[in-house]
Amino acid sequence: MDLSSFDPVVLITTMMIAATPILLAALGELVAEKAGVLNLGVEGMMIFGAICGFMIAVNTGSPFLGFVAAAVGGAVLSLLFGLLTQYLLSNQVATGLALTLFGLGLSALLGQSYAGIKPPSTEKLDLPVLSDLPVVGPILFSHDLMVYFAIALVAGVWAVLKYTRAGLILRAVGENHDAAHALGYKVVRIRLLAIMFGGACAGLGGAYLSLVRVPQWTEGMTAGAGWIALAIVVFASWKPWRVLLGAWLFGGVTFLQLYLQAAGVSIPVEYLSMSPYVITIVVLVIMSADKNKAAMNAPASLGKQFHATH
Amino acid sequence: MSDTGEAPVLLHLDGLTKAYPGVVANDSVSFDIREGEVHALLGENGAGKSTLVKMIYGLVKPDSGTMTLRGQRFEPSEPRAARADGIAMVFQHFSLFDALNVAENIALGMEKPPKMGDLAAKIKEVSEEYGLPLDPHATVGNLSAGERQRVEIIRCLLQDPKLLIMDEPTSVLTPQEVEILFETLRQLSREGTAILYISHKLEEIRSLCDEATVLRLGKVVGSCTPREKSARELAEMMVGEVLHVPERAAKDAGEVVLSVSDLSVDSPNPFGTSLKNVSLEVRAGEILGIGGVAGNGQDELLAAISGEAKTDQGAVTVHGKAVGNLSPNERRKLAILAAPEERLGHAAAPDMSLIENALLTGAVRKDLTKSGFVNWGASREFAREIIKKFDVRTPGSTNAARSLSGGNLQKFVVGREVLQDPDVLVVNQPTWGVDASAAASIRQSLLDLAERGAAIIVISQDLDELMEISDRFAALNEGSLSDARPAVGLTVDEIGLMMGGAHGMEVAHSHPDEHHEGATS
Amino acid sequence: MIRLEKRATPSKQWSLAAPLLAVLLTMIAGGFMFAALGKDPVEAIRLIFWDPILGEFADYFRPQLLVKAGPLILIAIGLSLGFRAGIWNIGAEGQYIMGAIFGAAVGLAFYPAELWIIFPLMVIAGAVGGTLWAMIPAILKTKFNTNEILTSLMLVYIAQEILKSMANGLLKNPEGHGFPGSRNLAHYSASSNPELIAGTGMHWGVVAAFIAVIAAYILLSRHILGFQIRLTGESPRAARFASVRPNLLIVICMGLSGGLAGLAGLFEVTGPAGQITDKFNVGYGFTAIIVAFLGRLNPIGILLAGLLMALTYIGGEMAQLQLSIPAAAIQAFQGMLLFFLLAMDVLTNFRIRFGREAA
Repeated sequence: MDLSSFDPVVLITTMMIAATPILLAALGELVAEKAGVLNLGVEGMMIFGAICGFMIAVNTGSPFLGFVAAAVGGAVLSLLFGLLTQYLLSNQVATGLALTLFGLGLSALLGQSYAGIKPPSTEKLDLPVLSDLPVVGPILFSHDLMVYFAIALVAGVWAVLKYTRAGLILRAVGENHDAAHALGYKVVRIRLLAIMFGGACAGLGGAYLSLVRVPQWTEGMTAGAGWIALAIVVFASWKPWRVLLGAWLFGGVTFLQLYLQAAGVSIPVEYLSMSPYVITIVVLVIMSADKNKAAMNAPASLGKQFHATH
Repeated sequence: MSDTGEAPVLLHLDGLTKAYPGVVANDSVSFDIREGEVHALLGENGAGKSTLVKMIYGLVKPDSGTMTLRGQRFEPSEPRAARADGIAMVFQHFSLFDALNVAENIALGMEKPPKMGDLAAKIKEVSEEYGLPLDPHATVGNLSAGERQRVEIIRCLLQDPKLLIMDEPTSVLTPQEVEILFETLRQLSREGTAILYISHKLEEIRSLCDEATVLRLGKVVGSCTPREKSARELAEMMVGEVLHVPERAAKDAGEVVLSVSDLSVDSPNPFGTSLKNVSLEVRAGEILGIGGVAGNGQDELLAAISGEAKTDQGAVTVHGKAVGNLSPNERRKLAILAAPEERLGHAAAPDMSLIENALLTGAVRKDLTKSGFVNWGASREFAREIIKKFDVRTPGSTNAARSLSGGNLQKFVVGREVLQDPDVLVVNQPTWGVDASAAASIRQSLLDLAERGAAIIVISQDLDELMEISDRFAALNEGSLSDARPAVGLTVDEIGLMMGGAHGMEVAHSHPDEHHEGATS
Repeated sequence: MIRLEKRATPSKQWSLAAPLLAVLLTMIAGGFMFAALGKDPVEAIRLIFWDPILGEFADYFRPQLLVKAGPLILIAIGLSLGFRAGIWNIGAEGQYIMGAIFGAAVGLAFYPAELWIIFPLMVIAGAVGGTLWAMIPAILKTKFNTNEILTSLMLVYIAQEILKSMANGLLKNPEGHGFPGSRNLAHYSASSNPELIAGTGMHWGVVAAFIAVIAAYILLSRHILGFQIRLTGESPRAARFASVRPNLLIVICMGLSGGLAGLAGLFEVTGPAGQITDKFNVGYGFTAIIVAFLGRLNPIGILLAGLLMALTYIGGEMAQLQLSIPAAAIQAFQGMLLFFLLAMDVLTNFRIRFGREAA
């Protein structure tokens, strides 16, 4: 066992990269849940985004176009969920599960001939002087653009929800859809937009996995990241900055277990690999134990069907 | 106010018709509302009042007929359009968002709200001007029903409405608060705002309104100046028949059956009301009426007696036996029964048949199960018995609960408990949303049950109902129960004070400088 | 303008017709998918839905039908009880794995003894393993109000890691020349779950599935517990009023579904699979979710849906062999089926009206 190579700078930079896919997906789901929609299809939208992004990036040679395609792919898939739950009033839990199963199957099908290919590499930030600074350079100024984009998106979502009228209306719809309808807001339309935003974010998160983090395409490569993103939304009590915190925490755990595996710690590999899932459960338990607090923060109409009767 | 007869017509309704499958909600409704007039829309539940105002507010489109606002054709496609034309509405079931604060709630009801800071200042200003003090930063979920209504009213007033629609506004207020609301409405009327006031409370209409239009089964059946009619005449216009008042014989109360002492229960709901040191006694053959504005602990009190909420063992006793820790079915075995307020989703399961709903509470006392297996034949018999004895109008016992009208389902729910021969029965809102004849028969069945020696608690927000059937009266206010007093001879003022009076805001109209103190209670 | 109008009472006819319509629509949409893959859609659909039962080599494939349907039905019956009560155990795959591990561990512990009691003990251990694994989300839900959807799913990934660890460590075949995987339980008669009637595919797991269908049917239609399960799903508040203890119900439903999933895993590892390997689980726990919904959460429906879903597995294999349609296409096909079913469901509860919108 060799722990001498431990480097806190590497820990932080790796953590930020490992956190980005879940951060994006969780942020999208947060917006959908704030509008009152529980979409359990995050895993399916992520993996669909992963393959869409991968295919387009490989065929065009442009990671940027890959990410665009991933966002569009995720949004289109989420629209399927949106139409079913919002217009055909299907059960959100069941439909979300269907989306995940369908997304996993469809992406495996599309990705048949893409296994083992290397995608074009995504450019990293390289600022003169700044990127070369010790400690600060690698942590702050040397990531690929998606890492910054994801953090900027946290700030954006936070500001929109807190300070803008659009954010207020979104929260109102998630809080009490009947009242919002009575005031004349288009509940279904607002929810569809929120669902598509969630889908696009999940797609981006998936593409980050296949284009940057891994980077290659394998079947089922999201390995539960979508579900962890759902857990992080609960952990964060539906607050954007705490989603960032949750994603980093998870990124840190991922890094540590990989590091310990590499360092040859005497714990069997399998038990290290399961640690992110175990920690997710532990964190969920801690967050939900205070019943009142959990109930106060969750959007009151979350997962409920809306059907205008008059 | 009294001379608005000459004021120009604000809104002219002509032949408005709206049909839903199986029912014509509005049938060629026509009348005028003049500027500055307080116009009452009277009618029983199901007379079509709600549909009519939804058409005016742009929530429902009429099948035929026209509306004219100040001489212009008025066809609001959505509430936004109606608001832009100066129509504002205070809903019966508040359209508020619990987790948001007062200012955010108000901003949501406005087309172009000012910045939050400016809006908060404006809210303070307007609320004080009209004697309805409010803190713009308070979370709405923590407000009392009266305060929540104020949020709605302020939301409307900030749009400077020409016509203010109020749907049953006083059902959530104490008599003192009602007086303050009326003062505000009269002030608005003097300033030229017309008010369409929907209610079935006749005395209120006589004291407030200039004109009245009466609806029955979707049709206009009359109009009058309410001050010139007696309440009885108005009632008969509304119902279309001579009212039957339940009979009751005076008699001596028996021994104490149900006793609740020093009961405190935390509400399971984050915005609910906790019960604080509630004590009461009900004797055999007695009806205890419990009044109070909705949301002051009514659901919690029923849950504590029915067994849905467990309490200290000794806090609830029946025939001297402590039952506080028993489950609902264990209490049913001891003849303690309950009928909750929420018919669909609490007292009955909406998508289940009436047979299954009969089993829901009848399993124990009617012996509908044998070593865990359900006797469906006996359950069907029980459902049929309820339907027959309580005149529940339904095609059959296999129909789903939600296919019944409110009044018929209520008869089913009350009948289901009464026919199980309870020693103790708690009913919450026994006639809410029920038409007059069904309400009368439900009340009669409760009186008959008391006659046979049961101890009954009726929780209701309808004070007339409570005065009509209770022997003694108590009121719930913020989770505390007042001492019970004999119902005979209680005045409206006394009842109002038991319900918490005006919650400290009586000064609002008389002393404009003292709002801040008044608002803090 | 098309709008929906809620029916006063759910339509019985549509409730039966919706799954059939969904299957039909899936065939059509699936046909387009196969055409997009450059395959003959009619041929592909025939291979999947027709040939396994009535085609040339049907004698070989027919027994497979029960082999695949057995675990699907067994798991789906358990899941349907929870789903009816609004308790979402979606971690059956993990419970299936744990059932197999527990059962196999008991069998391997006795190796090479030949006692009749070994197999029954393994069956019990399998049920216990699945139940215990399901108790984790159940207890977290009742004690801490933790969302059971997320925890039961996380436990699938954890179970998979445990499976890998078992296949490479504790349960590894000492005579396996270093290859991962346990001894073959099917080759060791005290622990094997053989085909009971030659040529039918019928094994003890299939028998258990049929028993589960009958038991669930009686439970739901005749027993007060079944009534309480249905009541809780429909209206939790009315259920509490009817004296249902929600936490007890969560434990019962999770326990039953976990136990049945564990049994399915045990019968699989002692029969068709034969041994614990790191690729032992093939997604039955997830496909069973589709089966449960396709069968309308109704025991008889699940029986039929399980057979249909088994058909798509076998047909998928044939399509893979004969038309080289990728295996993933079948997974997408199954997901599509669930989508169409959920969409068709609207007809059960709503009436579609054409005409002017009311609001």
